[in-house]
Amino acid sequence: MVETTRVKGQGRRGAGAGRILLRVVCGLIFAFLMLPLLVLFPISFSSGSYLRFPPPGFSLKWYARYFDDPTWIDATFRSLQVGAATTVLALLIGIPLAFGLARGRFRGRALIENGISAPIIVPHIVISIAIYGLFSRLGLIGEWYGIAVAHTVLALPFVVIVLLSGLRDFDTSLELAARGLGASPIEAARTVTLPILAPSVYSAAFLAFITSFDELVVAMFISGANMTLPKKMFDSIMSEIEPTVAAVSAIQIVLVSALLLLGTWLRRPVTAPHVR
Amino acid sequence: MTLTETTPSVASRSWLRPGPFALTLPALLLLTLLFMLPLLRLFSLSFAGGFGWYEKALTGGLYTAILYRTFEIAGIVTFFSLIIGYPVAFLLATTTPVWRAIGFAFVMLPLWTSVLVRTYAWMVLLGRNGIINRLLIDSGLLEAPLSLLNSRLAVILGMVHVMLPFMILPIYSALTRIDPDLPKAARGLGASEARILTTIYLPLALRGIVAGVTLVFVVSLGFYITPALLGGGKVMMFAMVIEQQVREFLAWNFAGALSVILLAVTLLMFWLLNQGVARHLRD
Repeated sequence: MVETTRVKGQGRRGAGAGRILLRVVCGLIFAFLMLPLLVLFPISFSSGSYLRFPPPGFSLKWYARYFDDPTWIDATFRSLQVGAATTVLALLIGIPLAFGLARGRFRGRALIENGISAPIIVPHIVISIAIYGLFSRLGLIGEWYGIAVAHTVLALPFVVIVLLSGLRDFDTSLELAARGLGASPIEAARTVTLPILAPSVYSAAFLAFITSFDELVVAMFISGANMTLPKKMFDSIMSEIEPTVAAVSAIQIVLVSALLLLGTWLRRPVTAPHVR
Repeated sequence: MTLTETTPSVASRSWLRPGPFALTLPALLLLTLLFMLPLLRLFSLSFAGGFGWYEKALTGGLYTAILYRTFEIAGIVTFFSLIIGYPVAFLLATTTPVWRAIGFAFVMLPLWTSVLVRTYAWMVLLGRNGIINRLLIDSGLLEAPLSLLNSRLAVILGMVHVMLPFMILPIYSALTRIDPDLPKAARGLGASEARILTTIYLPLALRGIVAGVTLVFVVSLGFYITPALLGGGKVMMFAMVIEQQVREFLAWNFAGALSVILLAVTLLMFWLLNQGVARHLRD
């Protein structure tokens, strides 16, 4: 917060030719970022039977096909289930870990903190086949909870990074003050620690869910015949050129936008300014 | 809430740290069982019968050529992400709060949309009957559609689109840490905007730039989905070779060796890039 307010107001200054050029360039880059998301909407409402632009007419048939096809709906529910389980697991494991790393001083702390990011650096294809090898021996291929556990490994680094940054900004004297005023540890945690950390926890939960819900490479190997939504989409893209995937994608884009808006609302500052 | 007689002493600070190491145990258990051990097992497979699998991978030219191409693509993607990501980060860091919020929405929404959805969108854009070909033909610039899809260009476009936010965010965060009095002072002393950019913003943002470059390059090395879909089998990257060995040929030993090579190269690049920052920060 401090940093962002410092640079505020600079934009109004120096609005010379360079500034205008910068805005034009950035406008084009924003268009590049958004264009692929936007084109999916007209395609998803196409009445044509293959990918064609402009669409020959308006229809809802690709949405109907998605909702009428049990394999699509099963895959969607499986992904939601796996995503929810991943979120819960990653938070159950990640919250204690973040507290231990932020507030503890023990040997190996730095090693654990660096090591926890390893699943981001190690190529996902390598993690995928390693877990595939393990799961085939254990007979876990196709089990939804197996996918959830594997996704937790991928989601954990993001959860811990977000929670750690929240905890490092956290002023522990607030907890001490609550204790000094007679609150029990649980009361202090409930009335002071949790409300202040809540925005970080929401961010972490969102990240964990999205990591799992969008994950394809691990699921491709270990979901077997019980496909997750990304696996179903991938197969559909590879085998047929019809816009059902466009309809599914459009639904996903709308849902993600809604979640982002909800997130902005949930993460609004809960405390008075200048807490630090 | 009433004050109790027992005001917590300094010693009770310890409730803030309920056995910190014990708190990390569930995570360590998970990472050991589902990350370390499976990786070690995969790697041990690659050494079955000595270094034969590594010999196969590193001689004959086929796999080293793919590794080289993977490096090349990752390098090109990193370069373009940097030159188009920096202006965006700069604008976001120096604009008004309202425009910053709008700009952030344009960066975050693609970031949170799945890679698969975005890759599919590029297939729709670049296909023979896709939007770009249609626009070019309708405007009379083209007679017949270009085959944009299934090419290196398509793979690079798709990968830059996926990686761009990962370049913008660290640079933005480094830029917001720059004391705004510095450019003001420079301007007051008569420095041109170009000079302010090269002598203040670029050097001070270097930390963010290197973080972005590292992340984009290292993640690009292991890309699978985007090259598999936009390359249409014509653009092979290293991750696709590993996938093929396991899924089509069940060649676990060879896939293990290829995995070790990809991981070693990735970690080496990660380390080298980080060393670069460390050296720079010491100067």
